[in-house]
Amino acid sequence: MSVVSVQLGQCGNQVGQELFDVLCSDAQDGQRNKYRAISCERFFHQTDRGAELEARAVLIDMEPKVINRCVSRATKCSRWSYGSSSHFSQKQGSGNNWANGFCVHGPRHRDVVEEMVRREVERCDRLSGLMALMSVAGGTGSGFGTYLTQCLRDAYPTSFIINHLTWPYSTGEVIVQNYNSVLTLARLYQLSDAIVVHENDTVHKICSQLLNIKHISFSDVNRVIAQQLGGILQPAFTTHSHGFYSRSPIDELVSSLACHPEYKLLSVSSIPQMPSSSIAFTTFSWPGLLKHLRQMLISNTKMEEGIDWQVRPPSGAGCTGSGFNRSVANLLILRGKDVYSTETSGFEEPSLYSSWLPSVEALNVWKCPVPFHKYEKSATLVSNSQALLRPLDHIVAKAWNMFASRAYIHQYIRYGISEEDFLDGFTALEQVISSYKQLC
Amino acid sequence: MTQSVVVQVGQCGNQVGCRFWDLALREHAHVNKNGLYDEALGSFFRNVDSRTSCGRGGRIQQLKARAVLVDMEEGVVNEILQGPLREVFDSTQLLTDVSGSGNNWAVGHLTYGLAYREQIVDKLRRAAEHCDCLQGFFIIHSMGGGTGSGLGTRVLSLLEEEFPSVSRIVTAIYPSTEDDVITSPYNSVLAMRELSEHADCVLPVENQSLLDIVNKIKVMADGAKPGSVIKRDSTIISGQGGLTGPEKPFDAMNNIVANLLLNITSSARFEGSLNTDLNEIAMNLVPFPRLHYLVPSLTPLYTLADVSVPSRRLDQMFSDAFNKDHQLIRADPKHSLYLACALMVRGNVQVSDLRRNIERLRPTLPFVSWNQEGWKTGLCSVPPVGHSHSLLALANNTCVKPTFIELRERFNKLYRKKAHLHHYLHVEGMEQSLFSEAVASLSSLIDEYQLLDASKGRLTPDAARLSIAT
Repeated sequence: MSVVSVQLGQCGNQVGQELFDVLCSDAQDGQRNKYRAISCERFFHQTDRGAELEARAVLIDMEPKVINRCVSRATKCSRWSYGSSSHFSQKQGSGNNWANGFCVHGPRHRDVVEEMVRREVERCDRLSGLMALMSVAGGTGSGFGTYLTQCLRDAYPTSFIINHLTWPYSTGEVIVQNYNSVLTLARLYQLSDAIVVHENDTVHKICSQLLNIKHISFSDVNRVIAQQLGGILQPAFTTHSHGFYSRSPIDELVSSLACHPEYKLLSVSSIPQMPSSSIAFTTFSWPGLLKHLRQMLISNTKMEEGIDWQVRPPSGAGCTGSGFNRSVANLLILRGKDVYSTETSGFEEPSLYSSWLPSVEALNVWKCPVPFHKYEKSATLVSNSQALLRPLDHIVAKAWNMFASRAYIHQYIRYGISEEDFLDGFTALEQVISSYKQLC
Repeated sequence: MTQSVVVQVGQCGNQVGCRFWDLALREHAHVNKNGLYDEALGSFFRNVDSRTSCGRGGRIQQLKARAVLVDMEEGVVNEILQGPLREVFDSTQLLTDVSGSGNNWAVGHLTYGLAYREQIVDKLRRAAEHCDCLQGFFIIHSMGGGTGSGLGTRVLSLLEEEFPSVSRIVTAIYPSTEDDVITSPYNSVLAMRELSEHADCVLPVENQSLLDIVNKIKVMADGAKPGSVIKRDSTIISGQGGLTGPEKPFDAMNNIVANLLLNITSSARFEGSLNTDLNEIAMNLVPFPRLHYLVPSLTPLYTLADVSVPSRRLDQMFSDAFNKDHQLIRADPKHSLYLACALMVRGNVQVSDLRRNIERLRPTLPFVSWNQEGWKTGLCSVPPVGHSHSLLALANNTCVKPTFIELRERFNKLYRKKAHLHHYLHVEGMEQSLFSEAVASLSSLIDEYQLLDASKGRLTPDAARLSIAT
C-alpha cells in the first residue's frame, strides 16, 4: 500500500526532497529484495521505462524558486525524480501571512491542487494514507497547508491523513511565527489524524552536539529530519502483520498512537545519532540503546546528550514526578541486527503511561532485520507524550502576549480572518495544553 | 517570480535611481554568465526585441528597465539619456518639464500633480502591464526639495488609488541639518504626512549618514594597516564594473542607497535556503499600520583582499549591523526600543551562523515586551558583487523619533515666523490648514513612538491566559 506525500511551502518541499532521497537510497542499498520492493511501492511509482522511480508526491508552493530547485536536485541524482505534472506554483508567495495562505490562495487554487493529489492517489494500487509536510511559521505551509488538509479530509473521508510539522527556532525565524503556529495547530487538531512534530531547535542541537557539524545549514537540519522520518516509514514487521512486512504504515501508526482525539501530538527521537566517522569505532548493543532511549523518553530529552538520569517515573499514583514525561502511547521501531531478541519490557511499565490506557495497549513495537541508514542497530521512538507540552505552551504564551497588544492583527484581518478566529485558535490550544498537563 | 517597478522622482531620486540601474546591471552580469534572460533578471528588466516577442529563457536582446523617471526639469534626465544607460530606458518611461518646482512642495504636489496626473497614471499603467505579476513599487525621492517631495508623494497616492494591492516601498532621502534648501523642513513635513498615510514601508536615509560612511571607507582605504589591503571594488560605495565611467561626487553616497535596494530584493530574485519576499518584509516589520519606518543598515562596508572569511569576521558583520555608525540615518537603535528587526543575509552564511549571532546579540538589544523574539530572517545564496557575504538589517525601531522631533523643530522655527509661507500659499489649491494638518500628523506619529518608548525597560506582566474549565 502506498503513501502519497504533499509537500507544502519552502520547508515542506525542502524536507520532502531530502526524505525521498533517504527513502530511495535506503531502499536501493539494502540487500533485501522484499524490503526494497515494498519501500519502492510505498513511496515511488515505477514509470513505464522501468528503471525510473517517480516519487508519489505533489509539490506545492506559492512561488517557484524552491520547487524548481527541488525538482532539479532530484533529477540530478538520477536515482529518482518528481513527476513532471505533480508540481504547482504561483508567482508570488504568501508573505508569511496565514490568512493569505488560507483565505486567498486556498480557495483560489483548490481545484487544481486537489486534481493533482487525485492523480497521484489514483496511481496507487491501494492507498495507505496521505502525509502533508509543512512548516508552521510561514504563510504557505501553514495557511495553504491547513486549507488543503481540510479539502483532503473532505475528499478522502476514509483515508488517514497525518501532518508533519516543522516548528521554527524559538529565538525567532519569522516575527509572526507564533500567530501562524496557533492558527495552524488549532485547526489541524480537528482535521488531522496525527501530527508529527520536529522542532528546529532540537534538530539543530542534534546536528551540533551529536553529529559534530561545524557550519550547520538547512540541508543538514532537513537531512536529520528526513532520516528520522525514514526510520518510521520504511517497512517493518508490526504486531498485526504476522510475519509479513506491514502493508499500511500510516494506518498502524495512527491507530497505535493517536487513540484519543485530545492527544494527537507526536514527537520523534532516535538513537544512535553520530557522525559517520565514529560509527566504525562504536559497538552497539540493544540493551544499551534501549536503556538510553527509555531515559530520553522519561526525562524528555530529545537526544542522546545531556540525559538526566535522575528522573524516574513516580512510584505512587501522583500525576507528575519532577521532570517526568508521561506518555499516552509509544511506538518503538527497531531496525538492524539481532532485532528479534530485544528486550523491550522497560517500555512496558505501567508507571510510564496514563492510567486509562493499559500499558500493553499503549506500547507497540515494530521490528525489521534490515539495518537502516548506516547504523547496524538503530531504534526510533514515536511518542505521544507530554514532550511537546512546554514548547507548545511557549508558542501560545508568546502569541497571546502579542495578541494582547493587537500587533500585526491588521495584516491578518486584511485577508479575511477576524479576531474571533484568533480567539478560537487560542481556546482550542489552551484545551490541548490543559489535557496534556493533566495527564495522569 | 515577481516583478518590481522603480519610480524615481526629482533630481535626487533620479540620481540615486541611475546608480541603482547601473549596479543592478552589474550584479546580474556577474551572476548571469550565459546571457539568458532568466526570471531573476525579469524582476527589474524586460527583454525587448523589435522582431519577436521575447519570453523567458531566450537570449538577452535588449534590456529595458522597469522604471518610470519623473522630473520637472530636464537636466538630470537628459544626462542619463546621454550617458551609457540610455539604452535601458525608452522615451515612454520619462516625464519631464522645464521649469522645476522651485523647492516648493505645493508646486510639485498640487500644480504639477494636477497637470501631469493623466500622463503619470498612463506611464505607470504601461509599466505595470509589462509585468506578469507585479509585486511592488519602489519609489525613490528626496524629502527636502520640491519635485521629489511634492510630486513624489503625489505619485505615491496615485499608486495607492490605481494599484491598491501592490506594495509601495519608499526610499526617502531626508535632508541633513545643514541642508542648503531653506524650505526643506516645510517640504519634508508636508511629505511625511503623505508617507505616513499612503506608503506601506518607508526606508528613511539621511545624507549626513551616507557622507559619514563614505568618509569612513575612504579613511580605511587610504590609511589601511600594512598587510591588509581593501579590495578596491569591494566597497559598498564603488560602482566599478558598471557601465558608467568615472565617479561623480554624489555617486559614492548614492551607491549605498542603490545597494540597499538590491539587497532588499535579493532574496526575491535569487534562490536561498530561507527565502524572503517583499511582501514578507512588509508583513513582519509593520506591527501597526502607521509605524512603517524601517531603519536600514548595510554591512560589511568593504572587504579586505584576503579571501578566507574566519567566523570572527562574520560575527563582526552581525555586530556592526547594530552599530550606530552603520545605520543609514543618524540614530542609535541599540539604545532605543526595537519593535521588529529583519536580517537579510546574502552569500555563504549558514543558518548556524545566523542563529549563533542572534543568540549572542539578543541580550544587548532592547525589544518591545510583546515581541521579544522579533526576528525575521532570510538567507540568500547569491552574494553581492565584490563581497562573499553581506547583511542588510531593517529595524522598526523608536530611534526614528529623535529624527522626526528634530524635523518638527526645524519646521516650527520657520512656521512660527511664517517665513516663506507666501511662496506656498500662492499656489493654487494650497491652504494653510495643510501645514497644520501635516505637523499634527507628524506629532501624533511621534507620540505613538513615545508611547512605545515609555514601555521600554518596564517588565510588562504577561497577559492573563485564557483558563479552561476542567
